[in-house]
Amino acid sequence: MTAAEILAEPGAPVIVCDHVRLSFDEKVVLKDVGFTLIKGHTKIILGASGSGKSTILKIITGLLRADSGVVWVNGARVDQLSEREMMAVRADMGMIFQEGALFDSLTVRENVGYKLYEETDMPIAQVDRRVEEVLGFIGLGEFIHRMPSELSGGQRRRVAIARAMAFKPRILLYDEATTGLDPITATTVDDEIIKLRDLEDVSSIVVTHQLRDAFYIATHMAVRAPDGRVEILPASPDKERQAEFIMFRDGLVCFEGDADALRQSTDPYLRTFLS
Amino acid sequence: MPVTYLEGRLKHAALEVQEYVRLLGATCRAVVTRPRYGHDIVEQFDVIGVGSLTVVLLTGFFTGAALASQSGLTLDQFGGRAVVGRLISASMIKELGPVLTALMLTGRIGSGIAAELGSMVVTDQIFALRALGTDPVRKLVVPRVLAGVLMAPVLTIISDFVGIVGGWLVSRYQLQVASGVYWSSVTEALYTQDVWMGLVKPFVLGFAIVTIACHVGLRTQGGTQGVGRATTAAVVAGSVAVIAVDFFVTQLLIKLMY
Repeated sequence: MTAAEILAEPGAPVIVCDHVRLSFDEKVVLKDVGFTLIKGHTKIILGASGSGKSTILKIITGLLRADSGVVWVNGARVDQLSEREMMAVRADMGMIFQEGALFDSLTVRENVGYKLYEETDMPIAQVDRRVEEVLGFIGLGEFIHRMPSELSGGQRRRVAIARAMAFKPRILLYDEATTGLDPITATTVDDEIIKLRDLEDVSSIVVTHQLRDAFYIATHMAVRAPDGRVEILPASPDKERQAEFIMFRDGLVCFEGDADALRQSTDPYLRTFLS
Repeated sequence: MPVTYLEGRLKHAALEVQEYVRLLGATCRAVVTRPRYGHDIVEQFDVIGVGSLTVVLLTGFFTGAALASQSGLTLDQFGGRAVVGRLISASMIKELGPVLTALMLTGRIGSGIAAELGSMVVTDQIFALRALGTDPVRKLVVPRVLAGVLMAPVLTIISDFVGIVGGWLVSRYQLQVASGVYWSSVTEALYTQDVWMGLVKPFVLGFAIVTIACHVGLRTQGGTQGVGRATTAAVVAGSVAVIAVDFFVTQLLIKLMY
Protein backbone atom coordinates (compact mmCIF):
# COMPACT_ATOMS: atom_id res chain seq x y z
CA MET A 1 0.00 0.00 0.00
CA THR A 2 1.41 3.42 -0.94
CA ALA A 3 1.37 6.45 1.35
CA ALA A 4 -1.28 8.06 -0.89
CA GLU A 5 -3.50 4.97 -0.58
CA ILE A 6 -3.08 4.90 3.20
CA LEU A 7 -3.96 8.59 3.42
CA ALA A 8 -7.05 8.04 1.27
CA GLU A 9 -8.44 5.52 3.80
CA PRO A 10 -10.97 6.75 6.40
CA GLY A 11 -9.29 7.21 9.77
CA ALA A 12 -5.86 7.84 8.23
CA PRO A 13 -3.52 10.11 10.23
CA VAL A 14 -2.99 13.38 8.33
CA ILE A 15 -0.84 15.09 10.95
CA VAL A 16 1.42 13.35 13.45
CA CYS A 17 3.58 15.19 15.97
CA ASP A 18 5.92 13.08 18.07
CA HIS A 19 8.17 14.32 20.91
CA VAL A 20 8.33 17.82 19.46
CA ARG A 21 10.58 20.20 21.35
CA LEU A 22 11.39 23.85 20.68
CA SER A 23 13.13 26.56 22.65
CA PHE A 24 14.01 30.17 21.91
CA ASP A 25 17.39 30.85 23.53
CA GLU A 26 16.89 29.87 27.19
CA LYS A 27 13.08 29.77 27.03
CA VAL A 28 11.66 26.30 26.38
CA VAL A 29 8.31 26.75 24.58
CA LEU A 30 7.53 23.11 23.79
CA LYS A 31 9.10 20.41 25.96
CA ASP A 32 7.61 17.22 24.59
CA VAL A 33 4.48 17.48 22.50
CA GLY A 34 2.84 14.65 20.60
CA PHE A 35 -0.59 14.06 19.05
CA THR A 36 -2.24 12.71 15.92
CA LEU A 37 -4.93 14.32 13.77
CA ILE A 38 -7.17 11.85 12.00
CA LYS A 39 -8.57 12.65 8.56
CA GLY A 40 -11.84 14.61 8.78
CA HIS A 41 -11.48 15.11 12.55
CA THR A 42 -10.87 18.24 14.60
CA LYS A 43 -8.22 18.75 17.26
CA ILE A 44 -8.95 21.64 19.59
CA ILE A 45 -5.81 22.84 21.35
CA LEU A 46 -6.46 24.70 24.59
CA GLY A 47 -3.98 26.34 26.88
CA ALA A 48 -2.97 29.54 28.61
CA SER A 49 -1.20 32.33 26.74
CA GLY A 50 2.43 31.41 26.05
CA SER A 51 1.81 27.67 26.42
CA GLY A 52 3.02 26.99 22.88
CA LYS A 53 -0.35 26.54 21.12
CA SER A 54 0.40 28.83 18.17
CA THR A 55 3.99 27.61 18.01
CA ILE A 56 2.96 24.02 17.26
CA LEU A 57 0.85 25.26 14.31
CA LYS A 58 3.85 27.13 12.92
CA ILE A 59 5.96 23.98 13.29
CA ILE A 60 3.34 21.93 11.44
CA THR A 61 3.30 24.44 8.55
CA GLY A 62 7.11 24.58 8.53
CA LEU A 63 7.17 28.28 9.43
CA LEU A 64 9.25 27.35 12.49
CA ARG A 65 11.56 24.38 12.81
CA ALA A 66 11.48 22.19 15.92
CA ASP A 67 14.74 21.55 17.79
CA SER A 68 13.89 17.85 17.91
CA GLY A 69 11.00 15.47 17.33
CA VAL A 70 9.15 14.28 14.27
CA VAL A 71 6.30 15.98 12.40
CA TRP A 72 4.41 14.22 9.59
CA VAL A 73 1.90 16.04 7.39
CA ASN A 74 0.09 14.07 4.69
CA GLY A 75 2.84 11.47 4.75
CA ALA A 76 5.74 13.94 4.47
CA ARG A 77 8.26 14.50 7.27
CA VAL A 78 8.10 18.28 7.39
CA ASP A 79 10.80 18.55 10.06
CA GLN A 80 13.31 17.39 7.44
CA LEU A 81 12.07 19.34 4.42
CA SER A 82 13.68 22.46 2.97
CA GLU A 83 11.61 25.63 2.49
CA ARG A 84 11.30 24.84 -1.23
CA GLU A 85 10.10 21.26 -0.50
CA MET A 86 7.63 22.59 2.08
CA MET A 87 5.78 24.50 -0.63
CA ALA A 88 4.34 21.20 -1.93
CA VAL A 89 3.11 20.25 1.56
CA ARG A 90 1.57 23.71 2.06
CA ALA A 91 -0.41 23.28 -1.17
CA ASP A 92 -2.78 21.04 0.80
CA MET A 93 -2.79 22.98 4.05
CA GLY A 94 -4.25 26.37 4.92
CA MET A 95 -3.64 28.45 8.01
CA ILE A 96 -5.72 31.19 9.58
CA PHE A 97 -3.56 33.52 11.65
CA GLN A 98 -4.37 35.56 14.72
CA GLU A 99 -5.94 38.87 13.56
CA GLY A 100 -6.28 37.37 10.05
CA ALA A 101 -2.91 38.55 8.65
CA LEU A 102 -4.65 39.81 5.50
CA PHE A 103 -2.42 41.62 3.00
CA ASP A 104 -3.42 45.20 3.67
CA SER A 105 -2.40 46.52 0.25
CA LEU A 106 -4.71 44.05 -1.54
CA THR A 107 -8.51 44.02 -1.85
CA VAL A 108 -10.65 41.23 -0.40
CA ARG A 109 -10.81 39.64 -3.87
CA GLU A 110 -7.02 39.72 -4.26
CA ASN A 111 -6.50 38.42 -0.73
CA VAL A 112 -8.89 35.52 -1.11
CA GLY A 113 -7.60 34.55 -4.55
CA TYR A 114 -3.95 35.30 -3.71
CA LYS A 115 -2.61 31.77 -4.00
CA LEU A 116 -4.61 30.99 -7.12
CA TYR A 117 -3.66 34.26 -8.85
CA GLU A 118 0.02 34.17 -7.89
CA GLU A 119 1.03 30.56 -7.46
CA THR A 120 -1.07 28.62 -9.97
CA ASP A 121 -1.72 28.71 -13.72
CA MET A 122 -5.48 28.76 -13.22
CA PRO A 123 -7.18 31.16 -15.70
CA ILE A 124 -8.16 34.50 -14.15
CA ALA A 125 -11.87 34.02 -14.93
CA GLN A 126 -11.83 30.66 -13.13
CA VAL A 127 -10.03 32.19 -10.11
CA ASP A 128 -12.58 34.99 -10.01
CA ARG A 129 -15.40 32.42 -9.96
CA ARG A 130 -13.73 30.49 -7.13
CA VAL A 131 -13.22 33.71 -5.13
CA GLU A 132 -16.90 34.62 -5.52
CA GLU A 133 -17.85 31.07 -4.54
CA VAL A 134 -15.84 31.04 -1.29
CA LEU A 135 -16.91 34.57 -0.37
CA GLY A 136 -20.49 33.45 -0.92
CA PHE A 137 -19.85 30.40 1.29
CA ILE A 138 -18.77 32.63 4.18
CA GLY A 139 -21.46 35.23 3.43
CA LEU A 140 -19.21 38.12 2.45
CA GLY A 141 -19.88 38.27 -1.28
CA GLU A 142 -20.74 41.97 -1.24
CA PHE A 143 -17.36 42.88 0.32
CA ILE A 144 -15.30 41.59 -2.61
CA HIS A 145 -13.93 45.01 -3.63
CA ARG A 146 -13.30 46.33 -0.11
CA MET A 147 -9.84 46.79 1.42
CA PRO A 148 -9.07 44.88 4.66
CA SER A 149 -8.97 48.17 6.58
CA GLU A 150 -12.65 48.69 5.70
CA LEU A 151 -13.71 45.41 7.36
CA SER A 152 -14.68 44.70 10.97
CA GLY A 153 -12.64 42.28 13.07
CA GLY A 154 -15.06 39.40 12.48
CA GLN A 155 -15.20 40.06 8.74
CA ARG A 156 -11.39 40.06 8.56
CA ARG A 157 -11.25 36.63 10.24
CA ARG A 158 -13.87 35.28 7.85
CA VAL A 159 -11.97 36.66 4.85
CA ALA A 160 -8.86 34.98 6.26
CA ILE A 161 -10.80 31.70 6.38
CA ALA A 162 -11.94 32.29 2.78
CA ARG A 163 -8.32 32.90 1.73
CA ALA A 164 -7.19 29.69 3.42
CA MET A 165 -9.97 27.59 1.86
CA ALA A 166 -9.89 29.11 -1.66
CA PHE A 167 -7.38 26.58 -2.97
CA LYS A 168 -9.33 23.69 -1.40
CA PRO A 169 -6.80 22.39 1.12
CA ARG A 170 -7.73 19.23 3.02
CA ILE A 171 -6.18 20.52 6.25
CA LEU A 172 -6.92 23.85 7.94
CA LEU A 173 -5.15 25.24 10.98
CA TYR A 174 -6.92 27.98 12.95
CA ASP A 175 -4.77 30.11 15.22
CA GLU A 176 -7.00 31.96 17.71
CA ALA A 177 -9.54 32.64 14.98
CA THR A 178 -12.11 34.03 17.43
CA THR A 179 -9.93 35.78 19.99
CA GLY A 180 -10.99 39.37 20.59
CA LEU A 181 -14.36 38.98 18.85
CA ASP A 182 -17.73 39.50 20.52
CA PRO A 183 -19.70 36.25 21.14
CA ILE A 184 -22.10 36.76 18.22
CA THR A 185 -19.33 37.44 15.69
CA ALA A 186 -17.26 34.60 17.18
CA THR A 187 -20.19 32.24 16.58
CA THR A 188 -20.28 33.19 12.88
CA VAL A 189 -16.58 32.29 12.63
CA ASP A 190 -17.19 29.04 14.56
CA ASP A 191 -20.00 28.20 12.12
CA GLU A 192 -17.57 28.58 9.20
CA ILE A 193 -15.13 26.19 10.89
CA ILE A 194 -17.93 23.65 11.43
CA LYS A 195 -19.22 24.03 7.85
CA LEU A 196 -15.76 23.48 6.37
CA ARG A 197 -15.22 20.39 8.51
CA ASP A 198 -18.60 18.79 7.87
CA LEU A 199 -19.44 19.91 4.34
CA GLU A 200 -15.97 20.15 2.76
CA ASP A 201 -14.42 17.25 4.72
CA VAL A 202 -11.54 19.39 5.97
CA SER A 203 -9.37 18.07 8.81
CA SER A 204 -8.66 20.89 11.24
CA ILE A 205 -6.66 21.97 14.24
CA VAL A 206 -8.26 24.79 16.19
CA VAL A 207 -6.04 26.67 18.62
CA THR A 208 -7.96 28.79 21.10
CA HIS A 209 -8.29 29.75 24.73
CA GLN A 210 -11.96 30.64 24.28
CA LEU A 211 -13.74 27.71 25.95
CA ARG A 212 -17.14 28.78 24.66
CA ASP A 213 -15.93 28.55 21.04
CA ALA A 214 -14.02 25.32 21.66
CA PHE A 215 -17.09 23.52 23.03
CA TYR A 216 -19.38 25.04 20.39
CA ILE A 217 -17.19 23.66 17.58
CA ALA A 218 -16.89 20.27 19.29
CA THR A 219 -20.58 19.87 20.02
CA HIS A 220 -22.17 21.13 16.80
CA MET A 221 -22.30 19.90 13.24
CA ALA A 222 -23.33 21.33 9.88
CA VAL A 223 -25.93 19.66 7.67
CA ARG A 224 -27.26 20.70 4.31
CA ALA A 225 -31.06 20.72 4.30
CA PRO A 226 -32.95 19.35 1.25
CA ASP A 227 -33.57 22.94 0.09
CA GLY A 228 -29.80 23.58 0.03
CA ARG A 229 -29.64 25.69 3.20
CA VAL A 230 -26.89 24.88 5.67
CA GLU A 231 -28.02 24.27 9.25
CA ILE A 232 -25.85 24.15 12.36
CA LEU A 233 -27.27 21.54 14.74
CA PRO A 234 -26.15 19.83 17.98
CA ALA A 235 -23.68 17.11 17.00
CA SER A 236 -24.54 13.42 17.14
CA PRO A 237 -22.50 11.41 19.72
CA ASP A 238 -20.39 9.94 16.90
CA LYS A 239 -19.69 13.34 15.43
CA GLU A 240 -18.88 14.74 18.86
CA ARG A 241 -16.22 12.07 19.33
CA GLN A 242 -14.48 13.27 16.16
CA ALA A 243 -13.54 16.48 17.95
CA GLU A 244 -10.73 15.91 20.44
CA PHE A 245 -9.39 18.36 22.96
CA ILE A 246 -5.72 18.76 23.84
CA MET A 247 -4.63 20.91 26.75
CA PHE A 248 -1.12 22.41 26.71
CA ARG A 249 0.58 23.28 29.96
CA ASP A 250 4.20 24.40 30.32
CA GLY A 251 5.13 22.99 26.92
CA LEU A 252 3.57 19.57 27.59
CA VAL A 253 0.25 17.94 26.69
CA CYS A 254 -1.56 17.60 30.03
CA PHE A 255 -4.89 16.32 28.68
CA GLU A 256 -6.17 14.63 25.54
CA GLY A 257 -9.77 13.48 25.09
CA ASP A 258 -13.24 14.40 23.89
CA ALA A 259 -15.60 17.06 25.24
CA ASP A 260 -17.19 14.68 27.79
CA ALA A 261 -13.82 13.56 29.14
CA LEU A 262 -12.73 17.19 29.48
CA ARG A 263 -15.90 18.16 31.32
CA GLN A 264 -15.54 15.20 33.71
CA SER A 265 -11.84 15.66 34.37
CA THR A 266 -10.93 16.10 38.04
CA ASP A 267 -7.46 17.49 37.35
CA PRO A 268 -7.16 20.69 39.44
CA TYR A 269 -5.47 22.65 36.61
CA LEU A 270 -8.17 21.66 34.12
CA ARG A 271 -10.89 22.48 36.63
CA THR A 272 -9.36 25.94 37.16
CA PHE A 273 -9.06 26.46 33.39
CA LEU A 274 -12.65 25.37 32.79
CA SER A 275 -14.15 27.36 35.65
CA MET B 1 29.76 41.57 33.40
CA PRO B 2 31.39 43.92 30.80
CA VAL B 3 32.85 40.85 29.05
CA THR B 4 29.42 39.22 28.89
CA TYR B 5 27.91 42.44 27.53
CA LEU B 6 30.64 42.74 24.90
CA GLU B 7 30.27 39.05 24.02
CA GLY B 8 26.54 39.53 23.59
CA ARG B 9 27.03 42.55 21.32
CA LEU B 10 29.62 40.73 19.22
CA LYS B 11 27.39 37.67 18.87
CA HIS B 12 24.49 39.91 17.87
CA ALA B 13 26.64 41.71 15.27
CA ALA B 14 27.92 38.39 13.88
CA LEU B 15 24.35 37.08 13.65
CA GLU B 16 23.21 40.20 11.77
CA VAL B 17 26.09 39.86 9.30
CA GLN B 18 25.34 36.16 8.85
CA GLU B 19 21.64 36.84 8.19
CA TYR B 20 22.47 39.72 5.82
CA VAL B 21 24.83 37.51 3.82
CA ARG B 22 22.21 34.74 3.79
CA LEU B 23 19.63 37.23 2.44
CA LEU B 24 22.08 38.33 -0.26
CA GLY B 25 22.61 34.69 -1.27
CA ALA B 26 18.88 33.98 -1.37
CA THR B 27 18.28 37.17 -3.37
CA CYS B 28 20.95 36.33 -5.96
CA ARG B 29 19.53 32.81 -6.34
CA ALA B 30 15.99 34.18 -6.69
CA VAL B 31 17.03 36.72 -9.33
CA VAL B 32 18.32 34.01 -11.67
CA THR B 33 15.66 31.35 -11.02
CA ARG B 34 11.87 31.10 -11.37
CA PRO B 35 9.23 31.97 -10.28
CA ARG B 36 9.42 35.75 -10.75
CA TYR B 37 6.70 38.22 -9.89
CA GLY B 38 6.72 40.54 -12.93
CA HIS B 39 4.01 42.93 -11.83
CA ASP B 40 5.71 43.47 -8.45
CA ILE B 41 8.95 44.29 -10.28
CA VAL B 42 7.19 46.85 -12.50
CA GLU B 43 5.41 48.32 -9.46
CA GLN B 44 8.69 48.75 -7.58
CA PHE B 45 10.34 50.43 -10.58
CA ASP B 46 7.51 52.93 -10.44
CA VAL B 47 7.62 53.38 -6.64
CA ILE B 48 11.41 53.64 -6.40
CA GLY B 49 12.17 55.28 -9.75
CA VAL B 50 9.30 57.59 -10.63
CA GLY B 51 8.36 58.13 -6.97
CA SER B 52 11.83 59.43 -6.10
CA LEU B 53 12.13 61.76 -9.08
CA THR B 54 10.93 64.96 -7.37
CA VAL B 55 13.23 64.67 -4.38
CA VAL B 56 16.19 63.82 -6.62
CA LEU B 57 15.48 66.73 -8.99
CA LEU B 58 15.26 69.23 -6.14
CA THR B 59 18.35 67.89 -4.36
CA GLY B 60 20.44 67.84 -7.53
CA PHE B 61 19.36 71.30 -8.65
CA PHE B 62 20.05 73.06 -5.34
CA THR B 63 23.31 71.19 -4.78
CA GLY B 64 24.62 72.33 -8.18
CA ALA B 65 23.41 75.88 -7.57
CA ALA B 66 24.97 76.11 -4.10
CA LEU B 67 28.19 74.53 -5.37
CA ALA B 68 28.43 77.18 -8.11
CA SER B 69 27.96 80.01 -5.59
CA GLN B 70 30.61 78.61 -3.23
CA SER B 71 33.03 77.71 -6.00
CA GLY B 72 32.65 81.17 -7.54
CA LEU B 73 33.85 82.79 -4.30
CA THR B 74 36.85 80.47 -4.03
CA LEU B 75 37.79 80.65 -7.72
CA ASP B 76 37.67 84.47 -7.62
CA GLN B 77 40.70 84.37 -5.31
CA PHE B 78 42.66 82.84 -8.19
CA GLY B 79 40.89 84.69 -11.00
CA GLY B 80 39.46 81.38 -12.16
CA ARG B 81 35.74 82.16 -12.22
CA ALA B 82 35.52 81.04 -15.86
CA VAL B 83 36.32 77.40 -14.97
CA VAL B 84 33.45 77.09 -12.50
CA GLY B 85 31.68 74.68 -14.88
CA ARG B 86 34.63 72.30 -14.76
CA LEU B 87 34.47 72.16 -10.95
CA ILE B 88 30.72 71.62 -10.91
CA SER B 89 30.64 68.85 -13.52
CA ALA B 90 33.54 66.96 -11.92
CA SER B 91 32.09 67.28 -8.41
CA MET B 92 28.53 66.40 -9.41
CA ILE B 93 29.31 63.49 -11.69
CA LYS B 94 32.06 61.81 -9.69
CA GLU B 95 30.90 62.39 -6.14
CA LEU B 96 27.96 64.59 -5.21
CA GLY B 97 25.47 63.21 -7.71
CA PRO B 98 25.87 59.53 -6.74
CA VAL B 99 26.24 60.14 -2.99
CA LEU B 100 23.48 62.70 -2.54
CA THR B 101 21.07 60.73 -4.72
CA ALA B 102 21.87 57.61 -2.69
CA LEU B 103 21.34 59.48 0.58
CA MET B 104 17.99 60.80 -0.64
CA LEU B 105 17.00 57.29 -1.71
CA THR B 106 18.00 55.97 1.72
CA GLY B 107 15.73 58.50 3.39
CA ARG B 108 12.86 57.95 1.02
CA ILE B 109 12.84 54.32 -0.04
CA GLY B 110 15.08 52.76 2.64
CA SER B 111 12.74 53.92 5.38
CA GLY B 112 9.68 52.96 3.33
CA ILE B 113 10.93 49.45 2.63
CA ALA B 114 11.91 48.83 6.27
CA ALA B 115 8.55 50.13 7.53
CA GLU B 116 6.53 48.15 4.99
CA LEU B 117 8.34 44.86 5.47
CA GLY B 118 8.55 45.43 9.24
CA SER B 119 4.77 45.93 9.42
CA MET B 120 4.27 42.76 7.41
CA VAL B 121 6.49 40.84 9.83
CA VAL B 122 4.77 42.03 13.02
CA THR B 123 1.27 41.40 11.60
CA ASP B 124 2.20 37.86 10.48
CA GLN B 125 1.77 38.75 6.79
CA ILE B 126 5.21 37.29 6.00
CA PHE B 127 4.19 34.01 7.69
CA ALA B 128 0.92 34.17 5.73
CA LEU B 129 2.86 34.59 2.46
CA ARG B 130 4.98 31.54 3.25
CA ALA B 131 1.94 29.53 4.34
CA LEU B 132 0.34 30.37 0.99
CA GLY B 133 3.38 29.00 -0.84
CA THR B 134 5.15 32.26 -1.68
CA ASP B 135 8.83 32.86 -0.98
CA PRO B 136 9.00 36.37 0.58
CA VAL B 137 12.47 36.91 -0.90
CA ARG B 138 11.16 36.40 -4.44
CA LYS B 139 7.96 38.35 -3.88
CA LEU B 140 9.23 41.26 -1.77
CA VAL B 141 13.02 41.50 -1.86
CA VAL B 142 13.90 40.75 -5.50
CA PRO B 143 11.57 43.39 -7.03
CA ARG B 144 12.92 46.05 -4.65
CA VAL B 145 16.55 45.09 -5.23
CA LEU B 146 16.15 45.09 -9.02
CA ALA B 147 14.39 48.45 -8.92
CA GLY B 148 16.97 49.91 -6.52
CA VAL B 149 19.98 48.69 -8.51
CA LEU B 150 18.63 49.78 -11.89
CA MET B 151 16.86 53.01 -10.95
CA ALA B 152 19.65 54.48 -8.77
CA PRO B 153 21.93 55.08 -11.81
CA VAL B 154 19.05 56.59 -13.82
CA LEU B 155 18.17 58.93 -10.95
CA THR B 156 21.84 59.79 -10.48
CA ILE B 157 22.21 60.78 -14.15
CA ILE B 158 19.13 63.01 -13.81
CA SER B 159 20.50 64.49 -10.60
CA ASP B 160 23.89 65.17 -12.25
CA PHE B 161 22.19 66.92 -15.17
CA VAL B 162 19.91 69.17 -13.11
CA GLY B 163 22.84 69.92 -10.78
CA ILE B 164 24.90 71.16 -13.72
CA VAL B 165 21.88 73.15 -14.94
CA GLY B 166 21.50 74.66 -11.44
CA GLY B 167 25.20 75.56 -11.53
CA TRP B 168 24.75 77.13 -14.94
CA LEU B 169 21.89 79.38 -13.74
CA VAL B 170 23.95 80.66 -10.81
CA SER B 171 27.08 81.02 -12.98
CA ARG B 172 25.17 82.90 -15.65
CA TYR B 173 23.05 85.23 -13.54
CA GLN B 174 25.01 85.58 -10.29
CA LEU B 175 28.65 85.03 -11.29
CA GLN B 176 28.10 86.59 -14.73
CA VAL B 177 29.92 83.77 -16.54
CA ALA B 178 28.87 83.49 -20.21
CA SER B 179 26.81 80.40 -21.04
CA GLY B 180 29.20 79.28 -23.78
CA VAL B 181 32.16 79.50 -21.43
CA TYR B 182 30.30 77.56 -18.72
CA TRP B 183 29.17 74.69 -20.97
CA SER B 184 32.53 74.31 -22.71
CA SER B 185 34.16 74.23 -19.29
CA VAL B 186 31.71 71.54 -18.18
CA THR B 187 32.56 69.24 -21.08
CA GLU B 188 36.30 69.98 -21.04
CA ALA B 189 36.64 68.58 -17.55
CA LEU B 190 34.84 65.35 -18.28
CA TYR B 191 37.02 62.33 -18.87
CA THR B 192 35.74 58.85 -19.67
CA GLN B 193 36.97 57.55 -16.29
CA ASP B 194 34.93 60.22 -14.48
CA VAL B 195 31.80 59.20 -16.31
CA TRP B 196 32.42 55.53 -15.51
CA MET B 197 32.99 56.38 -11.86
CA GLY B 198 29.73 58.32 -11.79
CA LEU B 199 27.88 55.42 -13.40
CA VAL B 200 29.33 52.47 -11.48
CA LYS B 201 28.85 53.94 -8.01
CA PRO B 202 25.04 54.21 -8.08
CA PHE B 203 24.66 50.53 -9.01
CA VAL B 204 26.59 49.54 -5.89
CA LEU B 205 24.97 52.17 -3.67
CA GLY B 206 21.45 51.28 -4.86
CA PHE B 207 22.14 47.62 -4.08
CA ALA B 208 23.47 48.47 -0.60
CA ILE B 209 20.54 50.76 0.31
CA VAL B 210 17.81 48.33 -0.70
CA THR B 211 19.37 45.13 0.65
CA ILE B 212 20.08 46.79 4.01
CA ALA B 213 16.50 48.11 4.20
CA CYS B 214 15.06 44.69 3.28
CA HIS B 215 17.29 42.93 5.81
CA VAL B 216 16.37 45.35 8.60
CA GLY B 217 12.66 45.20 7.69
CA LEU B 218 12.51 41.40 7.62
CA ARG B 219 14.34 41.18 10.98
CA THR B 220 11.82 43.46 12.73
CA GLN B 221 10.75 42.36 16.19
CA GLY B 222 8.48 43.86 18.82
CA GLY B 223 5.25 45.23 17.34
CA THR B 224 4.76 48.82 16.19
CA GLN B 225 7.68 50.05 18.33
CA GLY B 226 9.85 47.54 16.53
CA VAL B 227 8.70 48.92 13.16
CA GLY B 228 9.76 52.40 14.29
CA ARG B 229 13.15 51.09 15.40
CA ALA B 230 13.59 49.19 12.13
CA THR B 231 12.80 52.30 10.08
CA THR B 232 15.36 54.36 12.00
CA ALA B 233 17.94 51.59 11.79
CA ALA B 234 17.44 51.25 8.02
CA VAL B 235 18.03 54.97 7.45
CA VAL B 236 21.02 55.19 9.80
CA ALA B 237 22.69 51.99 8.57
CA GLY B 238 21.87 52.84 4.95
CA SER B 239 23.31 56.38 5.19
CA VAL B 240 26.51 55.20 6.86
CA ALA B 241 26.81 52.40 4.31
CA VAL B 242 26.41 54.89 1.43
CA ILE B 243 29.30 57.03 2.69
CA ALA B 244 31.51 54.05 3.51
CA VAL B 245 30.76 52.10 0.32
CA ASP B 246 31.33 55.27 -1.72
CA PHE B 247 34.82 55.61 -0.19
CA PHE B 248 35.79 52.00 -0.92
CA VAL B 249 34.32 51.99 -4.43
CA THR B 250 36.16 55.26 -5.15
CA GLN B 251 39.45 53.72 -4.01
CA LEU B 252 38.85 50.63 -6.10
CA LEU B 253 37.91 52.57 -9.24
CA ILE B 254 40.87 54.93 -8.89
CA LYS B 255 43.17 51.89 -8.72
CA LEU B 256 41.49 50.27 -11.71
CA MET B 257 40.96 53.23 -14.03
CA TYR B 258 43.36 56.07 -13.29
